[in-house]
Amino acid sequence: MAAPEVHAPALKEYPVIPILAAGSMAASKPYVASEKINEALGFPGKLVDDWHGRAIAKMGELLGESRALRVYLDSCVHCGACTDKCHYFLGTGDPKNMPVARQDLVRKVYRRHFTLAGKLFPKLVGAEDLTQDVLEDWYKYFNQCSECRRCSVYCPYGIDTAEITMAAKEIMDTIGMGQKYTNEIIGKVHKIGNNLGLPGPALKNTLETMEEEVKEETGLDVRFPVDEPGAEVLVVVPSADFFAEPHVYSLIGYAKVFHAAGIRWTLSSHASEAGNFGLFIGNYEQMRKIALRVREAAQELGVRRIVVGECGHAWRVAYSFWNTLIGPFDWLDARHPVPQHICELTWDLIQRGAISFEREKNDHRIVTFHDSCNVARGSGMGGIPRGQFILPRGIIRAACNHFHDMAPETIHEHTFCCGGGGGLLSDELLELRVKGALPRMEALKQVVDAHGVNFMATICAICKAQFSKVLPYYKFDMEMIGGVHQLVGDAIRLGRND
Amino acid sequence: MALEVGGITIETDEEGYLANLTDWNEEVAGEIAKAENVAMGPNHWEVVNFLREYYNEYQIAPAVRVLTKAIGKKLGADKGNSKYLYELFPYGPAKQACKIAGLPKPTGCV
Repeated sequence: MAAPEVHAPALKEYPVIPILAAGSMAASKPYVASEKINEALGFPGKLVDDWHGRAIAKMGELLGESRALRVYLDSCVHCGACTDKCHYFLGTGDPKNMPVARQDLVRKVYRRHFTLAGKLFPKLVGAEDLTQDVLEDWYKYFNQCSECRRCSVYCPYGIDTAEITMAAKEIMDTIGMGQKYTNEIIGKVHKIGNNLGLPGPALKNTLETMEEEVKEETGLDVRFPVDEPGAEVLVVVPSADFFAEPHVYSLIGYAKVFHAAGIRWTLSSHASEAGNFGLFIGNYEQMRKIALRVREAAQELGVRRIVVGECGHAWRVAYSFWNTLIGPFDWLDARHPVPQHICELTWDLIQRGAISFEREKNDHRIVTFHDSCNVARGSGMGGIPRGQFILPRGIIRAACNHFHDMAPETIHEHTFCCGGGGGLLSDELLELRVKGALPRMEALKQVVDAHGVNFMATICAICKAQFSKVLPYYKFDMEMIGGVHQLVGDAIRLGRND
Repeated sequence: MALEVGGITIETDEEGYLANLTDWNEEVAGEIAKAENVAMGPNHWEVVNFLREYYNEYQIAPAVRVLTKAIGKKLGADKGNSKYLYELFPYGPAKQACKIAGLPKPTGCV
């Protein structure tokens, strides 16, 4: 089976709200997880016979656990502010990709079963039963939401639309309609320790290769330690950093930073994944179990600090949820942020003059920065307001001479999703991914044309993989995408700490 | 899904990756490559064979830098880079070459 033929929408001079194309994405849906994959996570293997009853019961359970979810379902007034804010709507024109319409797939069922008016007069209040067709729509269209929360920024009621997507995914997992890509990966983390399924010996072999490569490049013994007791810092990175390009160049960047600063660090073969796909399916138990590996590894190795690599949703989970999932962290060094983002660590070293750069080594690059959604809208950095926008850009400016931001309505908290987040980075969703990248590609084209930008830096493994895949569809070079620490690694002055 | 090779039916997953890795042989690889529009030359085979050797030892496909380094040694330094591997396997060396080598698809943010 060759790759499906996908055509990218044309890049327009300025963004235009698309003409509605009802049903245009009705054929887009990810593979359903196999029985083996679902059962490994404790979910029913396939759609259960009494799926309707169990789905409604689960919805009731979630409403009981989360007051916020009930408020989000009750408070939408259909004002329409969110309609043209979703990258998937802008790229596909399918009206069910308007955030309000997508949420209404759940909201109408909620009304039918959990509001008095909906129970008595369903037609009057837009309440509907959860039929087979509605369930099918859930599976299709909640797998066309990357939980990026851009629409939430514009919602006058502050409805966190991703919470509704997560609830829908949680309900679908409960009745045996899990999604293959996400659930297979979660199973690999439980079993092997990372999303890739990279076993310890392969990890060690890969890191030895990295040491040899950097030695050839620099002549220095820059180390990539793993499971090293006595290290001060445990670094957890997305496993793609070991495996893929351009991710691996950021891994080299982290190693050079630790080398230059003389900090003893280690990776862990037990916690060889920063990512936490439990978030994407809204399942607290899965999220906790994945996060627990980090705590176990950190305590086993006796480190004093935990640093998270370039992974967008990992940082949201670490920043916002680790304390409740695997805290308290009173056993870690309180003089540093707990947990700490690699950008915070690097920025701090720059501020203190502990590392420096030969910026001209990046002079062949004209750089822009793509804010990743979970970092931008779900976290902070550096303990300062808007630090998650300031620090990565500060690092880029310290390491490069040429930097230009994209249009203001497409960066910071207004940033567009890359088109592959939330567990949608799967090959069978390629059409959705290509089309969903349209708004970012339009903003990129503007700075390419105006400033000759030839490199888009980001701090998320999903963004890197997604853009590597979709950039060529828009006639851009796939090597335009890379990590912030790729730029750091190419320009940092290395002392003789080997 | 399934693949017909020499009158034998071989089971694959939805995307055409072999369900049982032991079903692989060169003829099977040839059929998968045909479906992928990849014309297998000697250099394609070098990559596929290295993937299989590595998988046998480590139960995972090699990371891209491990692969490019090994291919550089086998085929010459000018070919030890991903650009060349993309020339051989346009849908991406990791996924497309793994499929032809009969290995599972690399998962995660890749």
